[in-house]
Amino acid sequence: MNGFSWRRFLAVLRKEWIQVRRDPFTLRMIIVLPVLQLFLFGYAINTDPKHLPTGLLMAEHSKYERTLVAAMQNTGYYDIRTLTGEAEAERGLADGELLFVVNIPPGFDRAVDRGEQPTVLMDADATDPSAIGNAAAALAGLTDALDRDLPQTVRSTPAVPPFQFAVHARYNPEQLTVLNIVPGLICIVLTISTLFITTLSITRERERGTMENLLAMPVRPIEVMLAKVVPYIVIGYTQALLIMGIAAAVFDLPIRGSMVLLILALGLFIASNLALGLTFSTIARNQMQAIQMAQFTLLPSFLLSGFMFPFAGMPVWAQWAGELFPVTHALRIVRGVLLKGNGMAQIVPELWPIAAFTLAVAVIATWSYRETLD
Amino acid sequence: MTAELVIDVRDLRKRYGARVVVDGLTLGVAAGEICGFLGANGSGKTTTMRMLCGLIKPDGGGGTCLGLDIVRDASRLRRQIGYMTQRFSFYDDLTTAENLDFVASVYELSDRRGRVRAIVERMGLAGRADQLAGELSGGWKQRLALAACVLHEPKLLLLDEPTAGVDAKARREFWDLIHDMAGDGLTVLVSTHYMDEAERCGRIAYLSGGRIVAQGSPDVVARGSGLVILAATGGDLDRAARALRRMAGVESAAVFGSAVHLAGMDRAALERAIAAYDGDALIWHDVAPRLEDVFIHLLSQPDGGAS
Repeated sequence: MNGFSWRRFLAVLRKEWIQVRRDPFTLRMIIVLPVLQLFLFGYAINTDPKHLPTGLLMAEHSKYERTLVAAMQNTGYYDIRTLTGEAEAERGLADGELLFVVNIPPGFDRAVDRGEQPTVLMDADATDPSAIGNAAAALAGLTDALDRDLPQTVRSTPAVPPFQFAVHARYNPEQLTVLNIVPGLICIVLTISTLFITTLSITRERERGTMENLLAMPVRPIEVMLAKVVPYIVIGYTQALLIMGIAAAVFDLPIRGSMVLLILALGLFIASNLALGLTFSTIARNQMQAIQMAQFTLLPSFLLSGFMFPFAGMPVWAQWAGELFPVTHALRIVRGVLLKGNGMAQIVPELWPIAAFTLAVAVIATWSYRETLD
Repeated sequence: MTAELVIDVRDLRKRYGARVVVDGLTLGVAAGEICGFLGANGSGKTTTMRMLCGLIKPDGGGGTCLGLDIVRDASRLRRQIGYMTQRFSFYDDLTTAENLDFVASVYELSDRRGRVRAIVERMGLAGRADQLAGELSGGWKQRLALAACVLHEPKLLLLDEPTAGVDAKARREFWDLIHDMAGDGLTVLVSTHYMDEAERCGRIAYLSGGRIVAQGSPDVVARGSGLVILAATGGDLDRAARALRRMAGVESAAVFGSAVHLAGMDRAALERAIAAYDGDALIWHDVAPRLEDVFIHLLSQPDGGAS
């Protein structure tokens, strides 16, 4: 057995680099895709949608209707227009033209005046719960909307509440979606560049028969693997910095913690992806299988990591599953360092699970790696 | 043969699951020899070659190549063997020169540029040096692959069907190169399906069911088969071949140009068949079996001639 050779490593690296350069399409995609995603998340995607189309149904003219509608409009969530009848309301909800229909029941004014606490029915299109969630929640604050028009006896709340809550939205005071997305985007993009492309590039050698040739030459597997991943580590970091740079310049992303710390921590995350990619490539027989396996890890990266959906909202078993994946911890590290200004002390609890994962997977990879063809 | 054996393996065995691919193969090839490896698809040629250069571990048996154990010294062995895979396995998106440069640097050769230039010159690749390998025609690809295999000046060359799908002229030139290199002392083991190539080997080994069932110089193999060939000219040859092919004792009846060849192991049976044929009266005479006749005979045995 011969040891690691820098010359052979550089030989493979040079070959890989020529191949990357000869494929400008892939290279462009690698750079364009994350930037595009950033702008889409920044400008197009909004988890707190406002100005939702709302229809109003009234059994008769009401003196309180104007106040109620104004109060709803003022929340910013509702754009209200008056409907002619039940049929139009049904059609509007079915066609998706309306997300809400407000039904003011007959005798509403009288019932309010008498203090009977009448009910205003809100029909909501709940096919996408997250679209209507915040709007519906805002209704709770509107029950005192009529207070000023009403006699003291039927007012909703005591004039002076015994106490009140004040929410102080820290780290992201404007609660901008884009600031929540950027850390996740960095992690996902790194996963794609390092895990995906590494896995593919190794299985491609196997599929095209060039692996047989490489194995017949004195080059050691470790040299091939390292040379294959180094270009993509460079690309991965470029992407991460690009995303952060654009997010800082365009979306006012605060960088509160240490960039050096962040880059070092991301290095560990990249290592975990590479170890996993290496394992996949020893198992996968062709590029198709490699893609399937890599996608299998992308799913939890999106769904269980807290990138798309709040981690705290998941049942305990799903949280445990999410904790297994390095991306979950990497996400917390990036959020912590960028938005909260966390330092080493705060991110250590997130670092060791990634390290443990990397070690375990690297052991499996070494185990299953075949230096021969069988 | 008193010369030192470059390939000296005994009783090699390899199975994949229940399928036995190589079943007790013993082979000795002397230095400077060109040994042709023949046999039907799936007879174990590729697997044997892979075992010889340490890409696959044999399940049983063993031996040496160039005096190095094929299992224990596999990684050292690889430096001294040139193995050309059946499929073109260099990089399509690299040019000829870049591919060769890559191989040279992986072998850590000194004077990389000089060596690459020399091999490009020798293989006649000069005009194609800056062309992408993926854009080369089949013949040029094979030349590139051969150039890459001999760049590190191996002492033993394993070529797995190097000329499959290459036109006749390119094949002829390819073999001229192989003979050149053998003249310089290189030992070559080459698998092929082409009879004209087999005839250019100093020795051939015919594989069937993972074992060698016939070996020796092409002449010896042809004569030693015990095959009887009777030939006739004139008359309606196609009709004669069609009718005779179905008769007992006739292994094959085929028209070659203006003659029909009848092959079988039993002369008496062949003569009975001729007597029973009711077409034109043809004059039959003996011809020496050619290599091709022998291989078709071996291929048509139910067990590929393994008995």
